[in-house]
Amino acid sequence: MRELVCIVCPKGCRLHVDEENGYKVTGNSCPRGEAYGREECTNPTRVVTSTVAVAGGAHPRCPVKTNRPVPKDRMFDVVRALDGLVIPAPVALGQVIVADVCGTGADIVATRGV
Amino acid sequence: MREELYDVVVIGGGPAGLAAALAARENGAQSVLILERDTEPGGILNQCIHNGFGLHWFKEELTGPEYAGRFIAQLAGGGIDVALDTMALSLDAATHTVCAVSRKDGMRAVRGKAVVLAMGCRERTRGAIGIPGARCAGIFTAGTAQRYVNVEGYMVGRRVLILGSGDIGLIMARRMTLEGAKVLACVEVMPYSGGLARNIAQCLNDFGIPLYLSHTIIDIEGDGRVERAVVAKVDEHRRPIPGTEMTFECDTILLSVGLIPENELTRGAGIELDARTNGAAVYENMETAAPGVFACGNVLHVHDLVDYVTAESRRAGAAAAAYARSERARGGAISLACGDGVSYTVPQRVRVESVEKGVDVFFRVRRVFDGDLRVTARCGGEVLASFRREHLAPGEMERVTLPRVLLDKARGTVTISVEEASV
Amino acid sequence: MHMVDVAVIGCGVTGAAVACALARRDVSVLVLEAENDVAMRTTKANSGILHAGYDPEPGTRMAKWNVRGAQLAKELCEALDVPRTETGSLVLAFTDGEVRHLEQLLERGRENGVPGLRILTAEETAAMEPHLSPVKAALYAPTAAVVSPWEYALAMAENAVENGAEVRLSCPVTGAEPVDGGWLLHTPQGDVAARFVVNAAGVHAGEVHEMVAPKSFETIPCRGEYYLLDKSEGTRVHSVIFQCPNELGKGVLVAPTAHGNLIVGPNAEDVDSTANTAAGLAFVAEMARKSVPDVDLRQNIRNFAGVRANTDQKDFVFGFAAPGFVDLAGMKSPGLTAAPAAAEDTVALLMSAGLGAPEKENCVRTRRRVRFRELSNEERAALVTKQPAYGRVVCRCETVTEGEILDACRSPIPPCSIDGVKRRAGSGMGRCQGGFCSPRVLEILSRECGIDPLDIT
Repeated sequence: MRELVCIVCPKGCRLHVDEENGYKVTGNSCPRGEAYGREECTNPTRVVTSTVAVAGGAHPRCPVKTNRPVPKDRMFDVVRALDGLVIPAPVALGQVIVADVCGTGADIVATRGV
Repeated sequence: MREELYDVVVIGGGPAGLAAALAARENGAQSVLILERDTEPGGILNQCIHNGFGLHWFKEELTGPEYAGRFIAQLAGGGIDVALDTMALSLDAATHTVCAVSRKDGMRAVRGKAVVLAMGCRERTRGAIGIPGARCAGIFTAGTAQRYVNVEGYMVGRRVLILGSGDIGLIMARRMTLEGAKVLACVEVMPYSGGLARNIAQCLNDFGIPLYLSHTIIDIEGDGRVERAVVAKVDEHRRPIPGTEMTFECDTILLSVGLIPENELTRGAGIELDARTNGAAVYENMETAAPGVFACGNVLHVHDLVDYVTAESRRAGAAAAAYARSERARGGAISLACGDGVSYTVPQRVRVESVEKGVDVFFRVRRVFDGDLRVTARCGGEVLASFRREHLAPGEMERVTLPRVLLDKARGTVTISVEEASV
Repeated sequence: MHMVDVAVIGCGVTGAAVACALARRDVSVLVLEAENDVAMRTTKANSGILHAGYDPEPGTRMAKWNVRGAQLAKELCEALDVPRTETGSLVLAFTDGEVRHLEQLLERGRENGVPGLRILTAEETAAMEPHLSPVKAALYAPTAAVVSPWEYALAMAENAVENGAEVRLSCPVTGAEPVDGGWLLHTPQGDVAARFVVNAAGVHAGEVHEMVAPKSFETIPCRGEYYLLDKSEGTRVHSVIFQCPNELGKGVLVAPTAHGNLIVGPNAEDVDSTANTAAGLAFVAEMARKSVPDVDLRQNIRNFAGVRANTDQKDFVFGFAAPGFVDLAGMKSPGLTAAPAAAEDTVALLMSAGLGAPEKENCVRTRRRVRFRELSNEERAALVTKQPAYGRVVCRCETVTEGEILDACRSPIPPCSIDGVKRRAGSGMGRCQGGFCSPRVLEILSRECGIDPLDIT
């Protein structure tokens, strides 16, 4: 039995995941918590957020995120992939900055316009 | 000096001010002015690049800039002027006149038929908590560090110790780690975390960063820049216990030790403040003791979730629009008092006749409660309403809705308490 | 090698006062400061009190310079636009023994020529300062004042520069040797030749003295710790509140500052460190509550500690250490007050030793600063119309505008750190302690002074 704090919403439910019985989840208060609990024990993933340098914009950095969760153990690779990257302004909200980052299938997208 | 008149003047263009201004327009205000000191609207959300915003309000997970962007996009469409890079210097609560200054427009005196206070909050500093040790560089409040890292793009340090377990500190622990810094530990003087449980999980536990509860920094050493910090366990009176010292070799200390509503304008205007929230005392519609002056967001009380700020600020904006139309709240007020386990409530007073279906009461608890809990609203010993909870913590703001039908039975004071089921 | 007339070692308040006085005469002046800004040691971290002058023993240099210095400070602060408030001071007596001590102070003060001194009854004291603990009596000195000590030193140093002096920062003197007609001073930035040298090196004055002469005094650095409270506490008392010295030390003071905050401190501990300690702060808190029981230390915005340049000498150290090499050392309390009087006597001593220094016919004697916060709305409106940079508030706690930060960056001694801007413009002095404005100040400073942001601390 593994104990987890659900990170899906601010409520922070304390989940119990039974790894020996088909990852049955208890302690959740919604279906998303159940899905999170199962996934966290089988294939944990996270959305990664960071910034990239912008040339010629109103701000020196543009905030970005992965448009879908990436495997937890690839988080550092994803952030490293943005090191040294400089994108020209203007940047539009939602613009793809890096497609299929580190082969995870997720794109790095801008979370605001610069 | 320029003099202008608006239906509603909103001081602050962060999440609270934006939601209030938009709600004022939706509710019939013809002219709304937002005074924002920064060069763009959005407030602190612009530097909160992490995700997790908007689950309540938009039912999806957004980053801070995305959440702010949804509101900023709605500013177009007329009726709302946004004065950027503009600082409100003073407020006259009787005439609703705000004196403001900017590079572009110079000094101006702006009168609102109604005024909404949405100035936000500031971080508690080293001075405010009196940490002894050397006065060296490398000590930042978490929010300042967040701005340096996320907006300006400078790394503030390589080996980091975090004092306090507020959400911004936790978020920065993850951010600094992902950017290549070593976050040694998070140290919290209280026996419980000041931040959300999910942030402990995804910002500390994900990266193996230890959280030391009931610990504090007792000394900082360094010549010019921080070189090390000494941490000790504290007893139940928060006094360091000799012999429990641990030394951390670090070049940076981030403080995440609380937020203080920024009420200098409010105080200057002579508006009644509540010592428990450090914000104005308000009625059910977020109106302060000064008629026609409303308050919402972190200037009123410190929130954990921007979604609640949005909800509260929409209430303030709608009420300000009604006030601008000369609609006044009716009826005598009952007071909300803090009973056992409750440290504050917002609102503090309710004019029952003016409540439609019910009133949302936000509150915080004094300590961690677990088990079979009831949040009760009592009047003269009689329980008006009772709400079940299994877990309550000071770091997590709570909300209950008191229905009008029950409030109609109340006289004088209604006391909100936490009651534990007898074992 | 070019030889300056006078080299001043150290640019704290003493060195700045000497440079200011010398630069108004027809001599070349070079100030060598070890730190990266002026006023970085004892001057920036002390109580900021211009003492009336009843404390020093009559007939001493200390007594003379204190009373004279207080008068000169009043004129200088007005002329150079330095924040100074004539608050008056009270020494509290809680016991009959302490009342007798007040009588001695009164007598001493009269001998020293301190104007307006008198002993107040318990009732008079309570009427003047309602937040005090009940006292037996108090000594009232109406001429005592509070000053912003670093701005005072800066203003004098800037004035010296405006009148032709040079201030070289990050330039510690590492050695000195006599040469024909003067001295050769070694620094990491190269050697400096000077006909005369003034040693105003504060806590390091003993080391400088020993570069040219046998040891004649012992420096005993002495730490004092403080609380600086928010302006919401700034009117808790209106005058400087002293205690009588007792077995626990000289007593902790509670006073409004020249900026409207409340300062509480110091303790006294013979250690050369500016770190705060839990024990020191606890002592200060306890002693302050003895004078002002309801002082609200939760309104603390900053703790700090300063190091006094105490010595084993009773009086200030003043005179030739070697021919042409003047010691102006051991400037312990009331050294801040004494500085301009010390400068006067230093100039006279140098003249007597052959420094021909006629007064300049034309020299700058005034300085004006824009302080947006202190202007009326009408004045603000007019100012911003003319110069829009004064319309952008950068530090919101203290209402300091971009115009004022630009003024600081373009001042005669430009800052090279965020703290340097803070000392000149007041940004970051308030309750958030620079949390909001530091990144913005950094940006302006790096742009204006051409410093890489990563090199700015």
